[in-house]
Parts: sequence; structure tokens; C-alpha cells
Amino acid sequence: MVELRPGARFQSTVCATEVIVVKGTGPAELTCGGSPMVPAGSAERSGEPSADASEGTLLGKRYGDDDDTVEVLCTKAGPGSLALGGVALAVKVTKPLPASD
Amino acid sequence: MNLMMLLEMAATAMAGRAAVGTRDAGITCDGLMSRTAALAGRLRASQVEHLVLCDEPGAVLPVALFGAAWGGVPYVPINYRLADGDLRRLAGRAAPAVAVADTSGAQRLAGVDGLEIIERDELLDDPAGGADPAEVGDWAMDPDAAAVLLYTSGTSGPPKAAVLRHRHLVSYVFATVEFASAGTDEAHIMAVPPYHVASVAAQLSQVYSGRRIVPLRRFDADSWIDLVRAEGVSHAMLVPTMLARIVEALDRRGEALESVRFVSYGGGKSHRSVVERALELFPAAGFSHAYGLTETSSTVCVMGPDDHRRWAASDDPDERARLTSAGRPLPGVEISVRCDDGAEAETGAAGEIWVRGEQVSGEYAEGGSQLDGDGWFCTRDSGHTDDAGYLWVHGRNDDIIIRGGENMSPGEIEDALLTHPAVVDAAAFGLPSREWGEEVAVCVVTRSPVPTAEDLRRLVRTRLRSSRVPARVEFVDELPYNDTGKLLRRELRQRFVASEPAAPSG
Repeated sequence: MVELRPGARFQSTVCATEVIVVKGTGPAELTCGGSPMVPAGSAERSGEPSADASEGTLLGKRYGDDDDTVEVLCTKAGPGSLALGGVALAVKVTKPLPASD
Repeated sequence: MNLMMLLEMAATAMAGRAAVGTRDAGITCDGLMSRTAALAGRLRASQVEHLVLCDEPGAVLPVALFGAAWGGVPYVPINYRLADGDLRRLAGRAAPAVAVADTSGAQRLAGVDGLEIIERDELLDDPAGGADPAEVGDWAMDPDAAAVLLYTSGTSGPPKAAVLRHRHLVSYVFATVEFASAGTDEAHIMAVPPYHVASVAAQLSQVYSGRRIVPLRRFDADSWIDLVRAEGVSHAMLVPTMLARIVEALDRRGEALESVRFVSYGGGKSHRSVVERALELFPAAGFSHAYGLTETSSTVCVMGPDDHRRWAASDDPDERARLTSAGRPLPGVEISVRCDDGAEAETGAAGEIWVRGEQVSGEYAEGGSQLDGDGWFCTRDSGHTDDAGYLWVHGRNDDIIIRGGENMSPGEIEDALLTHPAVVDAAAFGLPSREWGEEVAVCVVTRSPVPTAEDLRRLVRTRLRSSRVPARVEFVDELPYNDTGKLLRRELRQRFVASEPAAPSG
């Protein structure tokens, strides 16, 4: 379990993936490549993504759950894929905001 | 978090794309990354505490902004238009510091204690200053480190340094901009001065989205139009005075700008007639009206192109009125309009605008955090919302006119005056009155056929109500604005209080 809050950064323990929380608060079972994610910079990488969680992450994409309660943004890409509570997180296709600056 | 996350992502995915400069000779994302690394190494070696920037918009801006972030010191852009004494004092407050300046800025800052001056062109050519750029280590990821210090425009007092931390600015970009979303042909013309929060926000947003920044050194409407044409500019951000001058110049030249697909305006009050004419002169552009403050890391509310089109075409007067609104809050931003007693104002009623969100800093170097216990920041702007959550900004609270206990927004009176075809510009403000506490005074800039004061009083009486009718009407050649386009009502008030006549004129 990790504690989500906007701005919190997490890393995969089995690939290069890193994410930052854009939306969502509270304890969550956030995994990448089938293994629990940990606060960024807190662990060395070891092992490989499991076969059923290796579709990969894409740099700069937003990932969210179906209920739209959690959104993380991929700041470093890797071969593992993301899941929350055992359910795969999908790339969120959001209508871009108008550029304001 | 660190601003460098944004540049690192851009350089990973869009290494060869031009980040800043001309189509042919711009600096790529990769080039920006290596220059930034070199400057960071130099900043670390010299053990300074700030990077001061005293220059006009140019390619050096993102090098300095990201270089400071990597080097672990705040980026402090200062206003090169200040008088020498003020400029040197402001730079001196940042010492020990590296100051990046153009040749004239370097001369003006020479000899300030604790300031190591680097000329802009020298920095772009050799950001490491002769040292080996491979030496620099990782940037710090402390989200609470100060990223940018900005001196607020000070329409109501001496300048204060707003502190924007890495987490405020990074949150703003992550919440509002889609990574690498810009087409390779897109370019953003950067004309706002570097010491304006919109310049900082624009640099971060463009780099992250992959849109080339085309800096314009010194703004005048004709240079702006020429650069837009020469560089095929697609995106622009303008403060209202710039937009008004560009509209005037395009009309004079008998031209329209087809390449521009997106215009955002904000940072002051816009006249509806200017916006309506701009819609015609930028036929391919979507318009966004943004509201934000230095202390909130730029934009907190925006009314986008879809809204502009929808409300302009609406027959419902309430919907059409939304054209003058600032739109609705960005994702993750909350707005609250409060009465004097702190209670939430009713929908439609005026009150003070409060803001909360990850991007909201609300902190000054001199006075610490101004957020309340729940994280809300009081903007000191007055405004109201409608039942769909659209926000209208009436103006600075200090500018509110209180006549006989009734609070009036100067913006409302100015809007009424500006509906007169011969009124080009208008300012309303309060003057001391024995009878009412304050009475309404207006200064108007007119063109022929010039209306009489009585015409204007009648107009205000018809459109608003009798309490808003100006006791004093003055015809002037121009109104005072500060250099980022904010109307200085306070200055008018002082001018008229100082020259108080025996009897009301007009």
C-alpha cells in the first residue's frame, strides 16, 4: 500500500516507470509490472515485469481508474503496466483544455 | 518535484524539436537540455543563492529558468524598465546571485555587491563559462524548494516578491497541459515581459507541450504582426493593452492574421469592443480569456474558444453576458466568493474572490504564507459567479467605490460607459465626499463626435442605476496603465484628490 496525494511520486520496482499523482488521495494498492510501486527514489530496481502486466507505460500519458477517482501521469516510461487494486489502469483520453498561456 | 521534470520529459520524447527561437536557427529541446546542464553546473560552482534575469523576452529565458531549477536556485526575473536605483536595489536583494542581462542591463547592474553578471549572448554561446558541462549531478526533487520569485505588479503598494515553489508550477502544468500535444508546425509568440507570471507559465507550458517559443524582444504592434507572419505563429498570449494595440494596427494596415489559431488574453480588464473586433481580425483563431494572479501560478479560471463561440451566438442575454466573464475554474482549482463576514456570497452577489488548489502559492518572501488554515488564498479581487459557475472579476478590492454604504464595482460603470460608440477608454474611481463618504468619478477618453458629460450620466443612469451616476466626469487624452497593462485607478484618484476643486466640475 502507498499513500496517494496530488504531487506524490512513485517508481516501479521492476522497470523504469515513474509516475506522479495528479488526482486521488488515501491508501492505494498501486502496482507496476505486477509489483507494488514505492515512493520514487526509495528502492533499486530488481526483477522483471510479470507477463500479464507488461504492456508498458507511455511517457506523458495520464492513467486513471474507471471511477475517475485516481489519475497518475507517467513521468518516465517503462515496459511494466500500471494497475490499481489489481485492476489495470487505462490511458485517459481527456479533451485538452484551451491553452491559457 | 522539479521544473526540470518538464524539460527532461520534453527532451526524451521530442529531442530534435525546436524549443525556442526561429524556425531555421532555434534551439532544440536537446540543445536546451545541454545548455541548462552547463548553466546549472556554473551556478553550483559559484554557490550563489539566486539567478536574476534582467532582459527582454529571448531564447535565454528558458535556459535561465530551467538552469536555475537544475542548479537549485530560484529564478528571479526583474523589471528592466525600472529606474537604475530601483533596479540595482532589487538585484541587490537577491545577492549573492548570478545576474543574466543584456549589454545595457549589465552596465546598469555593474558594481552591485554580491552580483556576478553574465551577458546574455555569452551565456547562450557558452553556458558553462568554460567549465566542463559533464560535471553536473541530478537536480534536487524537493517539491518545497522555491523555483521562481516574482515581484508583483504593485498596483496597490510597493512590490512584494511572490514565492512560487516547484510543486506549484509543476502541478499547474501537469493539471492543465497535455504532454507533447502540439503539432510540429505550432509556434507561440512570447511578448509578455519576463517578470510577468504569464511569461513563466508560457515557457513551461510550451516546452512541455512541444510548441516552439518565438520571443519578441520589444513589443510594439507592428513588430508583433510582422513576427507572427515571418514565423508562422499559431498561438499567442496577450495582455489587454497589447491586444487593443494589435487590433488598432491591423485595422490601420487593413490586414487580418490567418495563421493564428489560438489567442489567449488576460491579466487585466479587456474591452468587449476590442475582443469583438479581434474575433474578426483573427478569423481562424479560437479565443480564451484567462484569469489568474502571480500568487496562483498564473491562470485559475479560463473561458475557452467553445464558450466564446457559444455565448457570442446566444440570444439569451444571460448567456451572452458570459462573454465578459473569466470562465470557470481549471481542474483542481476551487473558487469561492465571500462576503465581508466571510460567509459564501449568494450566486450573483458580489464579494471577495478566494482560490484554493495545488498551484496556489499565496506566499511572499517578506510576509510568509497568506493562505488560511484550509488552504484558501484571498485574491483581493472582487467578483461574482453565476449559477453555472462562471466567474466575473470586477477589479481590485481596493478600487471598489463605497458610496453611502453601497459597494460599487468600477468595472461595471466602465463597461456601461464603453457601450457609448465615442468612448474609447474609461476609468471609474471613488473620490472623498462629505455627503456620501465617496462619490463616483470617471475619466473618459473619447473620439468625435464627443459626448457631453450629461450624455454619459444619462447612459449610466439608464444602464445601471442612479447611485452609479458619476458626480464628476473628466475628459482626458489617455489613462494611466502600468507596463503590464493594468489600469492604475489609484493614480487617478490621487491626482484628483490632490487637485480638489472648490465645486464639482463636469
